[in-house]
Amino acid sequence: MANESKPKIKMAVYWGAACGGCCVSVLDVHESLFAVIDAADLVFWPIALDTKYADVEAMEDASIDLCLFNGAVRNSENEHMAHVLRKKSKILVAYGSCAHMGGIPGLANFSDRESLMRRVYDESESTENPDKIRPQHHYEVKEGTLEIPVFYNDVMSLGQITDVDYYIPGCPPQTERLVEVFMAIVTGQPLPPKGSVIGVSGLAQCDECTRKKSDQRSVKQIFRPWEIEDDGETCFMDQGVICMGPATIGGCGVRCVKGNAPCRGCYGPMPEVRDMGAKLISTIGTMIDLEKEEEIEKVIEQIEDPAGTFYRFSLPAAKIRRKLS
Amino acid sequence: MSHHKEEIRIGVYICHCGHNIAGTVDVTGIAEYASRLPNVVISKDYKYMCSDPGQVLIGQDIAEHKLNRIVVSSCSPLLHEKTFRDALVKGGLNPFFLQMVNIRENVSWVHTDTDDANLKARDLVRAAVHRVAYQKELTKKKVPVNPDVLIVGGGIAGISAALTMADAGKKVFLVEKEPTIGGHMALFDKTFPTLDCAACILTPKMSSVKKHPNITLWSYSEVSEVSGFVGNYKVKVTRKPRYVIEELCVGCYACVDECIFKEGKFPDEFNLGMSKRKPVYLPFPQATPLVAVIDDKTCIHFKTGKCQQSCAKACDRNAIDFNQQPEVKEIEVGTVILTTGFKAFDARRLPYYGYGKFPNVFTSLEVERMVNASGPTEGHVVLKDGSKPKSVGIVHCVGSRDEKTNKWCSRVCCMYSLKLAHLIKEHTGAEVYNFYIDMRTPGKGYEEFYDKLLREDVHFIRGRVAEVSDWATTSDEEGKLIMRVEDTMVGMVRRIPVDMVVLSVGLEPRDDAQDIRKLFNISCSTEGFFLEKHPKLAPVDTFTDGVFIAGAAQGPRDIPDSVAQAGAAAAQALALIDSGHVELEPNTAYITDTLCSGCKSCLNICPYKAIAFDDEKRKSVINEALCKGCGTCVASCPSGAIRQNLFEDEEIFSEIRGLFVESI
Repeated sequence: MANESKPKIKMAVYWGAACGGCCVSVLDVHESLFAVIDAADLVFWPIALDTKYADVEAMEDASIDLCLFNGAVRNSENEHMAHVLRKKSKILVAYGSCAHMGGIPGLANFSDRESLMRRVYDESESTENPDKIRPQHHYEVKEGTLEIPVFYNDVMSLGQITDVDYYIPGCPPQTERLVEVFMAIVTGQPLPPKGSVIGVSGLAQCDECTRKKSDQRSVKQIFRPWEIEDDGETCFMDQGVICMGPATIGGCGVRCVKGNAPCRGCYGPMPEVRDMGAKLISTIGTMIDLEKEEEIEKVIEQIEDPAGTFYRFSLPAAKIRRKLS
Repeated sequence: MSHHKEEIRIGVYICHCGHNIAGTVDVTGIAEYASRLPNVVISKDYKYMCSDPGQVLIGQDIAEHKLNRIVVSSCSPLLHEKTFRDALVKGGLNPFFLQMVNIRENVSWVHTDTDDANLKARDLVRAAVHRVAYQKELTKKKVPVNPDVLIVGGGIAGISAALTMADAGKKVFLVEKEPTIGGHMALFDKTFPTLDCAACILTPKMSSVKKHPNITLWSYSEVSEVSGFVGNYKVKVTRKPRYVIEELCVGCYACVDECIFKEGKFPDEFNLGMSKRKPVYLPFPQATPLVAVIDDKTCIHFKTGKCQQSCAKACDRNAIDFNQQPEVKEIEVGTVILTTGFKAFDARRLPYYGYGKFPNVFTSLEVERMVNASGPTEGHVVLKDGSKPKSVGIVHCVGSRDEKTNKWCSRVCCMYSLKLAHLIKEHTGAEVYNFYIDMRTPGKGYEEFYDKLLREDVHFIRGRVAEVSDWATTSDEEGKLIMRVEDTMVGMVRRIPVDMVVLSVGLEPRDDAQDIRKLFNISCSTEGFFLEKHPKLAPVDTFTDGVFIAGAAQGPRDIPDSVAQAGAAAAQALALIDSGHVELEPNTAYITDTLCSGCKSCLNICPYKAIAFDDEKRKSVINEALCKGCGTCVASCPSGAIRQNLFEDEEIFSEIRGLFVESI
């Protein structure tokens, strides 16, 4: 500890039902990592450190200054750690789309536990399981009882499980935003009101997007991105490609569109919006320039995977929460 | 509810509506239930909430119990929302702190099961109680009304409306597509049932229009652009070049006489192509304005550039100007009356009647021109060879009351067919047969006219004509047109040989009705006529405030009805103008600038063209005066930047929660 005069903050990073991308985005601070390490002690970070759950449980309550919780809550282990980290942390941040809105794992809510199990353990093309073995929560062996987490019927966002202080959206969050937020905490800047989504611009993607938008969208056909010859200049919606940008709050720097791919909506909705998928579905009506109902229906039919398009990151947090069986 | 700045104090009133509601719904029980709902300070039931004592009750309770939100559970808001809003105002509250629950049309009148009805009434009242807490103070905006009026279409309806408005001192712009006003009525010889001469009653009105100091008449002109809103429309009118300077021409015919074409060569539109005109012409001797027009599609000068321009030389007033260009006039008006009229059914669409195939099959309008002294035959009803017909068959309902063409009754054909029967008989002495389905003569003096015809030795055969052919089977039929018809009175198929067939064509929407509809942002009914706001109670209003309709553009009608409607439309326009201003409902959409990303999604979704884009701010802007509060943009706004007064998310979601959750 070279600089004893400046007390370091204690920081934890944890993953729930996550792909690991959020943890990598923390690593993506690159050389700033030294600044981070200078200012913070990482007390728990499963991807990098060998701290055990028991060690965390043994910590004093509210002893962690900042916890970045990424990943959705999919099983009892995720939920348990969400509660533990809530208790141990002063500031609990839902970090990334999955913790924020349920994210990609949340698309499983269009299905249910039983059909997922059936697909994976019985039906998938690569499965051979004549004894119909399924994972068991408890299993007795001679050394004692083995336990694996309970797999829930629903995927939930962190906010649906416990009290969250801030949300930093993105799949993964833009690393610069993390550094900004981190430095604000370390330098003791005034923090936004609890429950805020931080690291966002406050306006939808279109505000920053430089593509040309027409006053009169006149789409007669919906395309997937590979089906058009994108000129790199015209608004995707004008070209008949569904872009979540109009319904998605800015903060990422319009990264996907700058890479000539339509926005997928990982940054989540604008503050006034309750259901971003429903919002963009309503907006589809503004694209299409057809009079006859049959023609319009035909165009709507052309939308491939509407659930995955409109609710790619937000299904557990949406007004529609699951498929009706 | 902690998030409200003020303490919410709700008064709930359950109306009995005599037995209308109280007969099915337990009104006292509901009132008692409502008294236990959150924020409800007082809850009462009363026999007639809309009565004076009912309204006074609300006012008293507001004062006594410091109420700041009111729920009235009674009938449809369409009926009494205004009543109760006024009651709130009298009680010193903003009128938009009211929420109505319709437990009459939505509950007592439609449910017989009392238990279910009570449950539903309770749910609806609970929803309203939850909603009303979120309702905001709103104010109606007042916008002044420009007193000038635009009338589109110079037929008898447009002329009548224009004269009424102009006589009332309003400035009128009358725009007519054709070179002259007069419309279809100018084509007629006599009018039913009085048989007075159409020109004699119409042309004085036409010249009054021309002379009236308050009327600006733009013939040969079309409306090309409309923007703005009730009381404040901006209109662009394109004046087509007639190559004759209107202010200089006196209609002396010198140019027509001296045209390089010595005889008429091109179909004369006014005579439905039955006579020929020159490229320079006047539609008819009483045309208004009486100004020549040069048809640039047939004039040698425009076709080859090698005409000696004898017309221009003949004009001693130098009125001819071959370089005239379309001219766009921009005007501002407060109200619009659309009197664009109808189109006659094209008889070619029914090939089995032989129109266009047999020369002696005519349409009713063609015969109108023939019987007219200034028409192509100078008033003689003659066959194509110039001889007088000895027998004439008149087919009613051509293109009317027919599944294959138009289902509607064109309303005027029975009467004009009777008129033509009389005139043909008078002019030729021929045997005249009327083939009709039903004789429809509702109108003052109409049935009497029919009765007169019945005694005039005109034949009436009840049946729809199946076919007109020249296929003679007997020597009597040789050289004749044979009309095959089932005579339903005698129950047999008859063949009637005649010299001349007259097809009484029905009335249809004009081809450009849809363009005009879009231009003025009004609706059309399924058949394509302009749609009135209410078929009974607002027959000349449209869903666009300040735009009125009259005459056959709204549906088939005769001259008296067109004139009456024109008067009604003028009265409505005058009422609007004389009120001085319009009050705009505050249920409009609005944009929160700090949330609008400028994605432009809302721009083309607005059915009222109320949304524009501010290029500098890069944000959409809603013109409140144009917004009708339909909510389309609110739903379509992907960033939640557009919201709507009276339909805020909190109001709607709270209402839904109130509806489904018993215990909140």
